[in-house]
Amino acid sequence: MAVKKFMYVNRKAPYGTIYALESLEVVLIGAAFDQDVSLAFIGDGVYELTKGQNTAGIGQKNFSPTYAALGDYDVNKIYVEKESLEERGLTLDDLQHLIWEDEDEDWAEKDSIRLVSRAELADVMAEQDICLSF
Amino acid sequence: MKFSIQVNEGPYQHQAADSAYQFAKAAIAAGHEIFRVFFYHDGVNNATKLAVPPQDDRDIPKLWSELAKENDLDLVVCIAAAQRRGMMDVDEAKRQGFEDNNLKEGFRISGLGQLIEAGIESDRLVVFGA
Amino acid sequence: MGLLHTVNKSPFESNTFDIALGYAKEGSTVLLIEDGVYAATTGTSAADKIKNASGVSFAVLGPDLQARGLEGKLADGIKVVDYDGFVSLVAEHDSVQSWL
Repeated sequence: MAVKKFMYVNRKAPYGTIYALESLEVVLIGAAFDQDVSLAFIGDGVYELTKGQNTAGIGQKNFSPTYAALGDYDVNKIYVEKESLEERGLTLDDLQHLIWEDEDEDWAEKDSIRLVSRAELADVMAEQDICLSF
Repeated sequence: MKFSIQVNEGPYQHQAADSAYQFAKAAIAAGHEIFRVFFYHDGVNNATKLAVPPQDDRDIPKLWSELAKENDLDLVVCIAAAQRRGMMDVDEAKRQGFEDNNLKEGFRISGLGQLIEAGIESDRLVVFGA
Repeated sequence: MGLLHTVNKSPFESNTFDIALGYAKEGSTVLLIEDGVYAATTGTSAADKIKNASGVSFAVLGPDLQARGLEGKLADGIKVVDYDGFVSLVAEHDSVQSWL
């Protein structure tokens, strides 16, 4: 099977609509196909990764813990757009600390989130074979 | 070229379903192959067999069904999204213990893997949504 | 030939058009479809941004312009394509990013 570069582009906040949740579901299923996967969080998409989500009051399932499992699915290229964070008064500290374990380096823990500028992310996007949007 | 299309919105609610259909038709007319049309999120509602739109307007589920029949297209409705929204074929309905089913002829229900496969096997994948 | 970026939202409803411009690198094309065609109309800041964007090509889906009665208001520097042209743009570019 060919290996292609897939980028999942997330621009929507969680809970207000279903796109964030169902996008994540594609990522998890897609992980089984051993492709070159990147996730991009742009605009309100950065809100998907915030810490401390508590959905008890709105009756929805809190799916944010699932992001922490991405490392186990070999999904470890998670791009967060710097401009989007700044516009929203957020820093990396407001986001979950997502990690993966590099088996080539004795299972050393590494950060999955790559904070990049719009220009840098545009370069990464231009290299992709498939961009999936939700 | 081999194209695949992803449809994220239901019929009528948003222009996405129309745009995807017009694109598919144009691609076929230009001699390209449509590998798969994958319906996700509310897009699964394009597969309903129970739509009765006004007589003087387009019948979107029927348009898809006919396009598929004329061109041997693979119209896939995502099972996870379909289960959430109550879109069932005969087998799935039986499995879930329902007497009724509502999937229109020409569509089939399958897993999210079909979308990834479409990306891998096609030259281009175009997403239509809101 | 770079990416084909599609924008389907009015520039007055959301900032998607601006975001797409930020991601459109030299050699890429921005195609306006559905409600995105409003960004192709004269007398708007969107039209100014299109004029000032260098290295990026702009196209608009004719049927969507016609549907909205905008044919007479098309700004300069934007190529009108039909669905057949949309298909060609997809084929000519390396990949498609649909800004939803």
